[in-house]
Amino acid sequence: MSHEDILAGLAAIVNEVAGIPAETVQMEKSFVDDLDVDSLSMVEVVMACEDKFGVTIPDTEVKNLNTVADAVNYIAANK
Amino acid sequence: MSTLITPVAHAAAGLIGLGSYRPERIVTNDEVAVRIESSDEWIRERSGIIERRYATAEETAASMGAVAGARAIKDAGLEPTDIDVVMVATFTHRFQTPSAAAEVSHLVGATNASAFDISAACAGFCYGLAIADSLIRAGSATHILVVGTEKLSDFLNPDDRGTAFIFADGAGAVVVSATTTQGISPTVWGADGSAMDAIIMEPDSVQAGITHEPSLITMQGQRVFRWAVGSMGDVCKDALAKSGLQASDLKAFVPHQANLRITSAIVKHLDLPESVIIAKDIEYTGNTSAASIPLALDALRSSGQIKSGDPVLLVGFGAGLTYAAQVALTP
Repeated sequence: MSHEDILAGLAAIVNEVAGIPAETVQMEKSFVDDLDVDSLSMVEVVMACEDKFGVTIPDTEVKNLNTVADAVNYIAANK
Repeated sequence: MSTLITPVAHAAAGLIGLGSYRPERIVTNDEVAVRIESSDEWIRERSGIIERRYATAEETAASMGAVAGARAIKDAGLEPTDIDVVMVATFTHRFQTPSAAAEVSHLVGATNASAFDISAACAGFCYGLAIADSLIRAGSATHILVVGTEKLSDFLNPDDRGTAFIFADGAGAVVVSATTTQGISPTVWGADGSAMDAIIMEPDSVQAGITHEPSLITMQGQRVFRWAVGSMGDVCKDALAKSGLQASDLKAFVPHQANLRITSAIVKHLDLPESVIIAKDIEYTGNTSAASIPLALDALRSSGQIKSGDPVLLVGFGAGLTYAAQVALTP
């Protein structure tokens, strides 16, 4: 699965969880500061990513996922 | 070999009375936000809470529980002396012993009742319904008072961003009795003590006695959110399946009022029809742990949104970790 595919999947999830337009979910964006996705929504995003991409994202890892790129790279590395 | 008499069982058990007590003092988000450098908007966004109630210094979990209990007994059309068992679900009773239930039974005049507390945090009320149902159908009791009560404001750290805006005070109670048809479905319940530290009062009371710091509640919010959202959907589906009802039969979904964000996430997983009312009592009540479900039930019934006989899906979940879900018919 390419990084582009992961990004598209993640954008769809963020849109579903937090109502944010999928096209604004871009690699350099910060979840909290740019996209206004708070820490509780992040938990839902992470859980949906686990289901969609078949990865495990432990609580300890979630706090390191500050930008969209962090999440995409983590998923790509752990699929 | 001796054999003992098997108690005469009751064919069925159900809820026949409901009562609650909300402290008078309203505490706004603005008041709570000051010490945690937050805002009304952030609190509403984060939890759904608009305001909550705190008890007075003189009130206690037991005194509030007794008011709610007396109201439930009256609602049931019974006298306090008709009650066979008083169970109080709480973790904010001010004594390790004697139990809150002993005190509540004395305060309400339930002089014929046995009394014990249930320590299952926010799952305590649903645990209580499971136990009451079992006792009645086994023939050990005919009328049982189940109370959920908390004075969480006594154990709150007003500077803790994770909890200061969430927890509040209040009490709710039901009378569970022998009925002609079953009004409580089989409970789906469990616990996970490996996650003891997820929601815990620290320091422990022995340590607190040595260091003279108060034991206050702490919570790993995201961890608990993840657990509740990840697991309670399936627990609810299981309870519904075991009740013999479909989601479309439900009049209301009344989860423990932990956080409106948790409620919304569980509702998404459950895919409930639009016709099912979702309890949002947390908005004006805060998170009252064991009291939250009976308080929410009473609010729904008082407003006419649910009527006697309406099926409601209940789920409690919290410190332990513990959880319990069942369907009950509105008293």
